[in-house]
Amino acid sequence: MSQAELTAVPVSRAPRRALWSLGILRSELATTFRRWRTLSLLGVLAAVPVLIGIAVRIETGDGARGGPGGGGGPAFLSQVTNNGLFLVFAALSATLPVFLPMAVGVIAGDSVAGEASGGTLRYLLVAPAGRTRLLLAKYASVLVFCLVATLVVAASALAAGALLFPVGDVTTISGTRIGFGEGLVRAGLIAVAVAVSLTGFAALGLFVSTLTDSGIAAMAATVGVLITVQILDAMPQLDAVHPYLFPHYWMSFTDLLRDPVYGDEVARNLGLQALYAAVFGSAAWARFTTKDITV
Amino acid sequence: MAPNDSAETNGEATGTVVGRRKAARYIVPFAVAGVAAATIGLVPALADSGDPELPDITAQELIEKIAASDQEQLSGTVKVTTDLGIPSLGGLAGSFAPGAGSGSGGSGASPDAKLMELASGTHTLRVAADGPDKQRLSILGDGSEYSLVHNGDDVWGYDSESNEVYHAESDGSGKAGEHKAPKGVPATPKELAEEALAAAGDTTSVTVDGTAQVAGRDAYKLVIKPKQSGSTIGSVTVAVDASTGVPLKFTLAPSSGGKAAVDAGFTKVDFGKPDASSFSFTPPKGAEVTEADELEAEAGRSGSADKARKDLGALEDFKGLNVIGEGWNAVARIEVPGGAGLPTEGSGDAPAQAQQFLDALGDKVTGDFGSGTVFKTRLVNALLTDDGKVYVGAVTEDALVKAAGTAK
Repeated sequence: MSQAELTAVPVSRAPRRALWSLGILRSELATTFRRWRTLSLLGVLAAVPVLIGIAVRIETGDGARGGPGGGGGPAFLSQVTNNGLFLVFAALSATLPVFLPMAVGVIAGDSVAGEASGGTLRYLLVAPAGRTRLLLAKYASVLVFCLVATLVVAASALAAGALLFPVGDVTTISGTRIGFGEGLVRAGLIAVAVAVSLTGFAALGLFVSTLTDSGIAAMAATVGVLITVQILDAMPQLDAVHPYLFPHYWMSFTDLLRDPVYGDEVARNLGLQALYAAVFGSAAWARFTTKDITV
Repeated sequence: MAPNDSAETNGEATGTVVGRRKAARYIVPFAVAGVAAATIGLVPALADSGDPELPDITAQELIEKIAASDQEQLSGTVKVTTDLGIPSLGGLAGSFAPGAGSGSGGSGASPDAKLMELASGTHTLRVAADGPDKQRLSILGDGSEYSLVHNGDDVWGYDSESNEVYHAESDGSGKAGEHKAPKGVPATPKELAEEALAAAGDTTSVTVDGTAQVAGRDAYKLVIKPKQSGSTIGSVTVAVDASTGVPLKFTLAPSSGGKAAVDAGFTKVDFGKPDASSFSFTPPKGAEVTEADELEAEAGRSGSADKARKDLGALEDFKGLNVIGEGWNAVARIEVPGGAGLPTEGSGDAPAQAQQFLDALGDKVTGDFGSGTVFKTRLVNALLTDDGKVYVGAVTEDALVKAAGTAK
């Protein structure tokens, strides 16, 4: 096979490779998003904002103010009754700590190990695409899932918010007022920021997935790592290491709702996610390209 | 090379080569992590190393510069870290501060309650000022923000977490004005500087100690130190912007060493005119607005204002609030009216558990004054004697006990 590649006309190689990569990516996306497991995960995620919206609606149906005076629960809950758009922010801050990363952990953990345990990994490797590109395609499809999952939450929250509550001009958390259009733009930016927040964890899940041949074990380990790190991040005694834990800056997306936007923590979050993606992505590559595939 | 062949074992001759190449791949993630760690470790160190070169200046000239500063427009980000050695007030402030929380008589958006939270931990603040009439101060929380906006005669407080608004009509005195250049009393900056240095006198040393970079600007460091020993305050450092004379950073180091007790400084500062929209505030739809007048009236009705007034009256009744010592070592002696001090063991005033709790908070000491309990924080120590006197000061425990002894 390598003989054939070497003797091929050099000009046609690059487009052929690109075509191959696209082909793998397309088939990866198709396998990911056609699974019942993926669809039901997305369904559960879509249900969360609807539930929050209905709960707030019922609780404040008699004209009482939203949320307890001190503002418990997820952020922005007290503003939801006045502006349905805030349901997007409330839903994202409610799902980001657990639901979203758990779904991503399931998909990422299953990506390689699932194929291995199903016995299909061998056949994937028969295609002359190479392991590196197969891994990149796997990672890309996990990233697409991150974005789709976040957008599903945001879209379902927007729909539920618009149906259950009034919408209109948005008051930023700094107390200034912006138009509904700009509010929507900010909501979009926030959804992207949340999706990007998950990229580091997705790379970690992919790495775990290359370590084992059991899909369930990889998923459990990935979600276990998530929970452990979240607990570590909540311990005040470990203050010194907090800035290096991947969930530490997750909630920084709320800074996009300030006026003017406060970008320091968002930038730090992006840097941290890029670092995790680089470290665990290369670790996954090192493991996957040197692994003996026997099943 | 075809990427797929790396895991194929092609026979014994190439086996070791392949093995070595396999192992080499694992270097990549470690290299990435190593480079990142080195960058995180080295970049701040490199950025810090260059103290700016500025012409020499005396302490008096520097104080003149601060006093002469007429910078009225400014915006920036401030980071405040406070470590007073007292338990975190984050949650406690709500329950201790009068008027805080969701009680019927209070508003969570009133400034006093919120500013209390700054007394412990690290907070990021944003400030903006445009002349004496327009200021804005925001405390950035997790997914929430508390804004205090002063515009003309109005002072607005907005807490985004609870969606509550606090409103007060100010008489133009500029309650939220933090960065107003001092004006008035001593006619010229020069006089003020002279007066300040004279007041410092022989108890305090005021020096200019080199330069520093604060928020990307060149600044002089003014160091104020007590000359006497026995104070818990080691030094106060103020970094002053070299070109505008605006104080940029304030650090209070305790004499016991360790982390600064108070460290407040700009991380970003801009001396341009801030956006006018940042000073406009209209209460958002559905927010609960509390007027300061109503708050007072309501508090009066519920009796807490009366109580406060009574407390104040009681304070005046104190048999002399004596100040022992001078300068940095001043210790205030307060006699609690009609008070025996802490209930002592066996006095039967307090249940044993409460007694144990108080004992756990303070240390028992004895001295010329008798015996008592010392409550310590990093800056302020207090001695509560068994016969009901309280000595408070920013002095060490030994100095406090000595002061109490001499006062007897």
